[in-house]
Amino acid sequence: MPGYVIKRHVKDSFKSLKRNGWMSFAAVSAVAVTLMLLGIFLALILNVNRLSNQIENDVRVRVLIERGTTAKEKTALKTKLGDMAAVDSVTYSSRNQELKQVVGHYGQAFGLFAGAENPLNDVYVIKAKRPTQTLAVAKAAKQLPHVAAANYGGNQTKQLFQVVGTIRLWASGLMLLLLLVAIFLISNTIRITIMSREAEIGVMRLVGATNAYIRWPFFLEGAWTGLLGALLPIVLIDIGYHWVYQRTAAEFVNFGYTLASPGQFLSLIDGVLLLVGMLIGAAGATISMRRYLKV
Amino acid sequence: MIQFVDVSKKFQRKTVLENINLTVQQGEFVYIVGPSGAGKSTLIQLLYRQLLPSKGIIWVNQFDLTKMKPQGIPYLRRELGIVFQDFKLLPKLTVFENVAYAMEVTEKKPALIRRRVLEVLKEMGLANLRHRFPSELSGGEQQRVAIARAIVNRPSIVIADEPTGNLDPETAAGIINIFEAIHRQGSTVIMATHNHQMVDRRPHRVVEIVAGQIVRDQAKGAYHYAGIRH
Repeated sequence: MPGYVIKRHVKDSFKSLKRNGWMSFAAVSAVAVTLMLLGIFLALILNVNRLSNQIENDVRVRVLIERGTTAKEKTALKTKLGDMAAVDSVTYSSRNQELKQVVGHYGQAFGLFAGAENPLNDVYVIKAKRPTQTLAVAKAAKQLPHVAAANYGGNQTKQLFQVVGTIRLWASGLMLLLLLVAIFLISNTIRITIMSREAEIGVMRLVGATNAYIRWPFFLEGAWTGLLGALLPIVLIDIGYHWVYQRTAAEFVNFGYTLASPGQFLSLIDGVLLLVGMLIGAAGATISMRRYLKV
Repeated sequence: MIQFVDVSKKFQRKTVLENINLTVQQGEFVYIVGPSGAGKSTLIQLLYRQLLPSKGIIWVNQFDLTKMKPQGIPYLRRELGIVFQDFKLLPKLTVFENVAYAMEVTEKKPALIRRRVLEVLKEMGLANLRHRFPSELSGGEQQRVAIARAIVNRPSIVIADEPTGNLDPETAAGIINIFEAIHRQGSTVIMATHNHQMVDRRPHRVVEIVAGQIVRDQAKGAYHYAGIRH
């Protein structure tokens, strides 16, 4: 296609968008509303996912070392633990450090147990490579010599994994559903605007336009409709997310969790909205007009 | 050149045209006349491959319409200028853009298009209306735009289906003059019409269709047959 024909198509698509005034406005608004919903849910679901991952990753196996184990034996134990395929890291925490944590969590009263009175064990804290391997790691660790016990939170952890798994499944399902709804709504709106132009397409054919020639401006117009429709939701979601982030991020940090920080995360959402809008807009327009191009 | 060989057209079981044999040489001016529902419009639509015949062969210039693939249709139509009773202009395009569109689809260069469109618009007396939209024009003006669009590619054949059907007699007379001028420049003109005065005042070849059959093909005929039938 010569350059001036491409230029002509682009120009024609903008002209048509402008001259179809209210129809274009209606289509852009419908796209905007749909993408707004999609964007909000996207931000929500991605953060829920992120938090569940963080909660899941928090689970550690605490291997309690038998009292009276020598330093040499401890080192051997650490090596054995570290050699397990599913183990990501092994961190040593002495009984004194453990007591400090207890005091930190539960108060000075426990300070009484300092020194020789300390009833706690030295501990290896193990992080599994994948959260789901935690149980297996705990079981295997328990079999090793000089291990008094291997705790991972028991049933609570199992339940946590189940809940997180369910959340993740629902979130992915909901996302897919929303995407389908967006595709349906946007392509339907564009379809209606094109239906009103059936006669126009007929005339273009009568004067000798090939189907490809007729299709181009419609394809581009659909893409611009999606692009324009994505702009408003992008701006609103960016502003809204910053607002929510500033007000709640600190709270989450208190619990040791973080929300996705606006910079990269918003670029991702903006990109998705822009892409979904333009792709569905262009594809919707092309597909809707197909039947008017049949002989 | 146009040639119909044993052409019939049926819609479901109803026969609209039957065994049409017709040859039109380059440069002829042919009126297609006959009562409503006789099959005039069907004949016209067969010419620009809007319809396919149920039987027979149709040649238009170098194209065999019965064997033509759908992708070939635009290229046939670029060699024809088609004018309709209801003008069929693009409502969202200006006068200039409507006429230019017929050239743009052939992927001509912008400068050439601009020059030729202005030339045709001037010829049609539409130059000062070129920025208007069709809805801002009178019927006669719209039909002149449609004719300008039909001739902008200098087609060898101009086809008109009741071009004066929606116009008052005075405006219609103006439109006829334009077709006469197009004919004088060498184009073949095929016009289906109900307009008695026009046919009688400007005698050309008349092909009369009644109930799907050609009942008269007269070199310089009148609208009504001078013989016994009417």
